[in-house]
Amino acid sequence: MSPDDLLYTKEHEWLQISGDGGTIGITEHAQKELGEIVYVELPKVGTKFDSGETFGSVESVKAVSELYIPVSGEVVEVNEELGPSPEKINEDPYGKGWMIRIRLLNKNETADLMSAAEYDEYTSEEKE
Amino acid sequence: MGVGVLPDYKRTPLYNVHKALGARLIPFGGWEMPVEYSGIAKEHTAVRTAAGLFDVSHMGEFDIRGPEALDLLQSIATNDASKLMDGQAQYSAIAYPHGTVVDDVLIYRHNAERFMMVVNASNIGKDFEWITSHNRADAGVEDISNELTLLALQGPKAQEILQPLTDIRLADIKYYHFAEGKVFNVDAIMSRTGYTGEDGFELYFSAEHSEPVWNGILKAGDPFGLLPAGLGARNTLRLEARMLLYGNDMDGTTTLLEAGMGSIVKLDKPDFIGRDALLKQKQEGVKRRLVGFEMMGKEIARDHYPVFVDGREAGHVTSGSPSITLKKNIGLAYLPAERAAIGTRFQVLVRDKQSEAKIVRTPFYKRTE
Repeated sequence: MSPDDLLYTKEHEWLQISGDGGTIGITEHAQKELGEIVYVELPKVGTKFDSGETFGSVESVKAVSELYIPVSGEVVEVNEELGPSPEKINEDPYGKGWMIRIRLLNKNETADLMSAAEYDEYTSEEKE
Repeated sequence: MGVGVLPDYKRTPLYNVHKALGARLIPFGGWEMPVEYSGIAKEHTAVRTAAGLFDVSHMGEFDIRGPEALDLLQSIATNDASKLMDGQAQYSAIAYPHGTVVDDVLIYRHNAERFMMVVNASNIGKDFEWITSHNRADAGVEDISNELTLLALQGPKAQEILQPLTDIRLADIKYYHFAEGKVFNVDAIMSRTGYTGEDGFELYFSAEHSEPVWNGILKAGDPFGLLPAGLGARNTLRLEARMLLYGNDMDGTTTLLEAGMGSIVKLDKPDFIGRDALLKQKQEGVKRRLVGFEMMGKEIARDHYPVFVDGREAGHVTSGSPSITLKKNIGLAYLPAERAAIGTRFQVLVRDKQSEAKIVRTPFYKRTE
């Protein structure tokens, strides 16, 4: 069961809303699918993205995956710990493995995202 | 991202065992194969420090026999099969007339009139067609791929794990040699060969015994740190050892000499398919060469990423990956011969970024004896 205080994308990112801001990472399902993460490329503070744009990439031994921003936002903080220790994404995807914090640019966009229950159903369907 | 049902793919006799072990299965060369069980890095490290067990039954095997068997091999393979003794194996290749690669193969000599050729899974049909259509002297050629299971037990602990399970004295099998005997009372060919850069054995035996042999080795190896290992680790291991992958690092568009496979091209043996073209290329020099490189920064070069020399696109990465053993990002690429010297810098386009790379000596990893 995914944490129910988060919102989810079909591309397996999560978003935690707090006031005007949001924190973004990838899900437990995503880190498992990727395997051991060895490199993560994240944007600079101040960069603005439209909803659905690529904000970085995450690489495991076997593959590279793009990261898609769940909602439009301006990057206000980047998890610098992930540079030297990308394995934190595997170990704690909803905690120490967070990737960026943003200032929300359009609060109405969250309607397109999935709840934890919807996301769990989505990932169980995808497996079949 | 999930793996769906893959109805058109072939499965090895151990498919259900892999599923039960929780392996992630992916399509590879027409087969649905385990890519990882506990994780590529973990399996990779197990092979470098203890041992890993791979199901590589998707590989093809041809039985080649009769008084004309050696003549057939000599005419289609680039290495000199006449140098083989009974019980010896040889890395070789089949070339097209213009010197490019039909396949890279292993040739085992049972005796002067009986050989086994091991070929890549995705090339079984093509190779069989090629060999039989060039079989003028009418040697016996039979595709026995479906009858055989092939397991690779690789790593420094391989011999210690396998010895109690077999009647063969493994210490007597030298590198690229083999013996026939029993493993768990099942008739098997055991060769000291592999595709990982570690010591280890490859076991060929009748497919009907797949499960007990696989399970028995895994169980016996458990105290030694043996792990089941998938094609993901097999790929990162072979790349560190600069063992080439057909379809990536060489194929029907690259010659053996460009790929750096000159040591298995014996231009001094009697005529074979591809000899004239390879001889000419050797005399004139190759225009491009497969080089090993490492990335200067943290970017990872992946298969098919474009490569730039002097600002111009010069080719692509044929194999690229993080090196788990060396903690560097490594790869192979074809570069113009005049820019292929050790130490030469070039660029790999990693997404939108020109990322610095440097040609290094290969193999990237060599085990200490």
